[in-house]
Amino acid sequence: MSAVRFTKDHEWVRQEGDLAVIGITDYAQSQLGDVVYVELPEHGRQIEQGKEAAVVESAKAASEVYAPVTGEVVAVNDEIVSDPAKVNADAMGAGWFIKIRLADPKQLDGLMDEAAYQAFVGEQP
Amino acid sequence: MRYLPLTDADRRDMLAAVGVDSIDALFAEVPPAAQHEGLLDLPRAMGELEVERRLAAMASKNTVAGAVPFFLGAGAYRHHVPASVDHLIQRGEFLTSYTPYQPEVSQGTLQYLFEFQTQVALLTGMEVANASLYDGATACAEAVAMAGRVTRRNKAVLSGGLHPHYRAVCETYARFSGEELLVQDPAPAGGEDLAKLIDADTSCVVVQNPDFYGEIRDYSALAQLCHQKGALLVVVVTEILSLGAVTPPGEMGADIVAAEGQSFGNALNFGGPYVGLFASREKFVRQMPGRLVGETVDAEGRRGWALTLSTREQHIRREKATSNICTNAGLCALAFTIHLSLLGEAGLTRLARLNHATAVSTAERLAAIPGVKLVNRRFFNEFALHLPRAAAPVVDALATRGILAGVPVSRFYPDRADLADLLLVAATETVTADDIERLATGLAEVLR
Amino acid sequence: MNEWSKAVSGHPIAGHTASTPTISGNRGLQIEEPLIFEQDSPGHCGVDLPEAPAVRSRLGGLDRKGPIGLPGLSEPQVVRHFTRLSQKNYAIDTGLYPLGSCTMKHNPRLNEKMARLPGFADVHPLQPVSTVQGTLELIDTLAYWLKTLTGMPAVALSPAAGAHGELCGIMTIRAALEARGDKRSRILVPESAHGTNPATAAACGYSVEAIPANPKGTKNQGRVDLAALKTKLGPDVAALMLTNPNTCGLFEDEILDIAAAVHEAGAFFYCDGANFNAIVGRVRPAELGIDALHINLHKTFSTPHGGGGPGSGPVALGAELAPHAPVPWIVHGANGLNLVECASGDAARSIGRLKGFHGQMGMFVRALAYMMSHGADGLRQVAEDAVLNANYLRVKLAGALSLAFPGTCMHEVLFDDAFLKDTGVTTLDFAKALIDEGFHPMTMYFPLVVHGALLIEPTETESKASLDQFATVLNGLAARAKAGDASAFRAAPKLTPRRRLDETTAARKPILRWRPAPVQQQAAE
Repeated sequence: MSAVRFTKDHEWVRQEGDLAVIGITDYAQSQLGDVVYVELPEHGRQIEQGKEAAVVESAKAASEVYAPVTGEVVAVNDEIVSDPAKVNADAMGAGWFIKIRLADPKQLDGLMDEAAYQAFVGEQP
Repeated sequence: MRYLPLTDADRRDMLAAVGVDSIDALFAEVPPAAQHEGLLDLPRAMGELEVERRLAAMASKNTVAGAVPFFLGAGAYRHHVPASVDHLIQRGEFLTSYTPYQPEVSQGTLQYLFEFQTQVALLTGMEVANASLYDGATACAEAVAMAGRVTRRNKAVLSGGLHPHYRAVCETYARFSGEELLVQDPAPAGGEDLAKLIDADTSCVVVQNPDFYGEIRDYSALAQLCHQKGALLVVVVTEILSLGAVTPPGEMGADIVAAEGQSFGNALNFGGPYVGLFASREKFVRQMPGRLVGETVDAEGRRGWALTLSTREQHIRREKATSNICTNAGLCALAFTIHLSLLGEAGLTRLARLNHATAVSTAERLAAIPGVKLVNRRFFNEFALHLPRAAAPVVDALATRGILAGVPVSRFYPDRADLADLLLVAATETVTADDIERLATGLAEVLR
Repeated sequence: MNEWSKAVSGHPIAGHTASTPTISGNRGLQIEEPLIFEQDSPGHCGVDLPEAPAVRSRLGGLDRKGPIGLPGLSEPQVVRHFTRLSQKNYAIDTGLYPLGSCTMKHNPRLNEKMARLPGFADVHPLQPVSTVQGTLELIDTLAYWLKTLTGMPAVALSPAAGAHGELCGIMTIRAALEARGDKRSRILVPESAHGTNPATAAACGYSVEAIPANPKGTKNQGRVDLAALKTKLGPDVAALMLTNPNTCGLFEDEILDIAAAVHEAGAFFYCDGANFNAIVGRVRPAELGIDALHINLHKTFSTPHGGGGPGSGPVALGAELAPHAPVPWIVHGANGLNLVECASGDAARSIGRLKGFHGQMGMFVRALAYMMSHGADGLRQVAEDAVLNANYLRVKLAGALSLAFPGTCMHEVLFDDAFLKDTGVTTLDFAKALIDEGFHPMTMYFPLVVHGALLIEPTETESKASLDQFATVLNGLAARAKAGDASAFRAAPKLTPRRRLDETTAARKPILRWRPAPVQQQAAE
């Protein structure tokens, strides 16, 4: 299994061949509280690293989900649209958000690995 | 001073507790250049009696609608509000309560807003309604903005039968949001062709029913045409009582309804505060502006209510909010809810029939005057008359005779000679046979 | 003693406890009240109306065919229903609201009496102007008071609420810039700003950039970082939107330098007047360099909050912005007061109309009655007492709670959740426990610049005794939190008509209206 990479905005990305699977981290879902709604992009949309790709809402907060890497959306997880609780239950697995065709796999190298991310989370107030 | 509980002794004790010599020390951070020495040039404090005298003197300079034969409409209607309504809304727990952000201590407000949302949905024939906006005109502008969000298109078509104030507010909002508006010419006699204006860039078509001239139409065919082209139909209603007698927009295929609720529970008040009603299809609910109350359960499993879908709103989404709206119409929505609760199904339909009958009698009596022509094919409680000469001076002449005869269309279109002879006349349940006779006699005299 | 006297002696009879379930579900004065739709007596009516005379219908076949679905109730049922609902609400009339930036002051009943004078309430907005001179005089008088209090030359009265006023202000700024031939695309907003500020800027087509505040411990802590502001200003910035005093309850003491920097960059200075209560009668915003300022009549000028509205948000405008004010304008003519309702002629540069008719007249009457009651001297005292009350609470609470910014505050005082660290009690839990003590919670989690914010604004209409009681309760709750009672806080509130509500399910599966239970269709059509 490919290694997972992390951003400072608490997104994760996992490479699968020329695709990348993207979601929000377990830490992010615990901070948000119960997820009530997700807004996912359409198929074919070009998302750019660092720009907004999706929105995740809890009862009290709405957060942008930023694209960790650039690419074209090839699949979205309809299951989290019909059952947002999946994001809380399994943020790193079944609660994935989108799959994209990677424009530049080298972008992954610039992101944190698991150890670095856990250290980063430890520093959060 | 009667509203200030602190005594001079309290102030001394509290300043000491804070550790300063005088109140000025607590304003020390305000640049001296910005602080005003002494008192501003305004009157000093007054007791209740004095305030009452001065304000009553101002009020007495007005002609009160209830004191004369009164036939004005054009978006604000004089109806009788049952005595209970005003008493109930003045209960301190309604009048002086805050927005229901803490649901445990706001179940009263939340429950009545849930009832209000249901009443508005039932009246308009739509699936879901919000907890009110400022008024019908801003609700209309918000509807156009929402249609833009839902369709991701940028062009709206506005019927010439739309209330000119509502059109003007849409124009102001659109100027700053970048929306393109195709505004149709006023169409008192009807005959506008909106269908040919709908294309692949159209977000919505906005019509009013009954329209500004009181005409009622079936917009079902227009709704279908809109949907075929991927656009939404927005229907505006300025006299909400009409929905007690007329086919509602939801049954004609409307996607969004923007309406004025003033007719239930709220006095004329020279134009405000009123209550904007907003309803749409359920599938668009996340694009809806304003507050929404939802049903849920509490920690003990008992049914209760809370504000919901708040993440659309300004206090959470900030620059990505569906609108910048914070306040709703609150107490005006409560007055609406109570009035409609008192009327119920039977009372509402009877009141609507009474309004229609009064307006029909009025129209027939006035159309019998030589030179006066009724413009409408259909109407509810308001219609347009074509006079043999300019309507505004006629209305002024009747006002000096103690009759408030209606609204000249030229008030809204002062530069349109072709509309100058039109008079809008509304007749509600507050109009008596004597009023109608006095208007007819007066009008005939002035026109001679 | 017999049974009856045992009962009234105050000793509970064995087996009868306070939490014994009742048959009705009611608990003494706390009544369970169903929806009106669940109390339908079909055909019933709470209003007696004459039968309509028979006329030839002019509805042309567009009559409503089916039932609407509204319930029928008699007047006593309706009165009881809404009276019971009212009893589930907290209100200013029943207790203190420590809500920061809301200014929940006493709502005088004189205001209600004046607003209901038929000469004000029973007047149509489109009556001939000659028949409404009294109303125009009242609006003109209110405008005069607002101009004098703010020092600004003009005031736009039509905005229906504070957020609507912000929209008005930013629209006039954009119009003024366009009139200069100057197209700018950014608006600067402090991080501590109320959510309506960036929402308004976006609604007017601007992108929003946040200005940080000086951190705790630095000079001018909690206030806008002037150096950061200066680096963000440029020929592309249309305006700075500032609240002063700011949402941390602090006066932006560098405001004259801020105004100078904003104007030098060719931008406008918009002030959110939500906190005007701290400075009314003592400070005139025009003298701070402000170009536009909205006032919340339902905050500073006591018009009632009504459970969420109606509000009123007049906007005071400087000389360059005044010609762009929305219609209608009140003008002094040869024959008295007149209304300019169309954006043409003298009003050709107006941004147009923001609302139907003329503005929230009912709120104007209330606000003017309040202003006249206080007068210049009373309003100055309002600001002083408001600031004194907030500082008094500050010193009484600073020991047990954690002040966000040490030093004096204005009319509101900001705490963060540092005092709850390691207790397992969040700001939210703390606030819910306050409810059981009979108080509405303070503003929470706002402003965003501070963690777990608690923003307290008592207003000038709270007595010293009321403040003392409030402080005693807050200090007591803080002590309980530190003593490790976290589960009690998480279970709060326990004594309200409803416990904590499940807002997650309300958002996931929204139920936004009552629907009748499905009826089995039996007869074939």
